[in-house]
This record gives sequence, C-alpha cells and structure tokens, in this order.
Amino acid sequence: MDLILFLIFAIFAVACAINLVIQRHPINSALSLIGVMGALAVLYLLLGGEFIAAAQMIVYAGAIMVLFVFVIMLLNAGAERRSSKSLLVRLLGVPLLGAFFAVLGYTVHRLLPAVDPVRFGEFTGGSPGEFGRVLFTRYLLPFEVTSALILIAILGAVVLARKEID
Amino acid sequence: MMSSVPLSWYLILSAILFGLGIAGFLFRKNLITVFMSIELMLNAVNLSFVAFSYHLKQVDGHIFTFFVMVVAAAEAAVGLAIILTVFKNRSTLEVDEVDSMKL
Repeated sequence: MDLILFLIFAIFAVACAINLVIQRHPINSALSLIGVMGALAVLYLLLGGEFIAAAQMIVYAGAIMVLFVFVIMLLNAGAERRSSKSLLVRLLGVPLLGAFFAVLGYTVHRLLPAVDPVRFGEFTGGSPGEFGRVLFTRYLLPFEVTSALILIAILGAVVLARKEID
Repeated sequence: MMSSVPLSWYLILSAILFGLGIAGFLFRKNLITVFMSIELMLNAVNLSFVAFSYHLKQVDGHIFTFFVMVVAAAEAAVGLAIILTVFKNRSTLEVDEVDSMKL
C-alpha cells in the first residue's frame, strides 16, 4: 500500500513539475505547482509528518499560491515568447537531462543501500503535539525571530507595491 | 517488505524535483515562472528534510521545513511586490528585457 501510494504521488509530482517547466502560460505553471505541492503533502503524510502535511496544504498550496495566481491575474501575464533554441539543445537537451537524473538516482541509491525502508505509521514524532513541544522549547528563539522576519516582509511588500501618490 | 519504500527513493524524487526546478529557473523567460521554479526547488529540499527526519526518527527536520515555509512565504510576498514594481516601470515580464544592470 505504501509503495502504491508513493508511486502514484511521486509520478504525479514529477509530471506536474515537468508540466510547470514546459508550459508557456504562467497560470498553467502555477496550477501545476499546486499539484506538486499537494502530492508532496501526501508524501509528507507517508513519512509521518502530519503537521507539516497540513501546513504544506494551508500555507504553500493555499496562501502562497493564491498570491501567485493573484499577481498573474493582476498583471494579465500572457504566454511567453518562444525562445529560439539551437539544434544542439533541441536534440540533446531532454536525453542529457534524463541521463543526468539516471546518474543522480544511481548515486543516491548506491550511497543509501536499502537502509531503513519507510513504513507508514512507524514514526509518529511529526504529530502536532510533538512538533509544538519541540518548536516552543528548543526552537523558541528562531520561532520568535521569524515573527520579526514576517513583519519586515509585510512592510517591504507594502512599501514596494503601493501606488505612488502625486 | 513489498509494502515499504526505500528511503533513497524519496531522496531521488527530491533530486529530480530540484533538477526540474533548476531547469525551469534557467530556461524560462517569464519572471513569474522563474520565481515559481525557485518555489519548486524549496519544496524539493523540504522533501529531503522530512525524509531524513524520518530516517533519524527526530522531529528537527520537520521544524526546519516549517522555517523554510515561513521564509518562502516572506520571499513570495516581497518577490511578487518586486515583480509588480518591475511591471509597473517597464510593462514587461520578460527577464531578458530587464537588463539595465547588464555590462
């Protein structure tokens, strides 16, 4: 069951990521990115990260992507121009990328030879309770600094994007 | 044994997503799509964090992922504001046309 779920959502994530890269219109890329994030949330759940899976859906697929889609709509961004690629790139690009991924996968697989196969439910440290306990004890200072970061980001966004008043 | 997934598969998936993010970052011409490729790379790294967190049976990787999400949210807000400003000043989203700092 784990294997089937992993394969379904891994293939879905890779397909969405490829779609993100090859689409010409930014809105299609944005919707593909939401697909990647949803698939990754399921994979986090399989790895025992309940809180992170929920945060992934709410913060990433919800808030951040709404911001992206909103800006795309606001700017009325059209399809991007087709860039002229050389014959070499057109012929060798995809095979070379595939070969690169194959070498990468082989290397990672050799470095981690079948250690500790992932079983759903074996690690429960990612539950909201456990997560909150560690976040508010050992990582309290970074968490508080984060609030300052968010505040600065809000101020920066407002200053950058406000309308100039004559 | 049949129902379990090797940890390395998660890391390979993470590497593939990161590579696709790099490809999008390098080859896309639209400012917003380039920005979304960066988000894809952040997501790929998050998957690695969570996978290693499972491997070490510690929650620290999840907390790192949480902080990456926070930084990504801040980055998206500021970055999209910058994109808005660029569009307001130049009325284009093509990265090749925003080149006034090019030598």
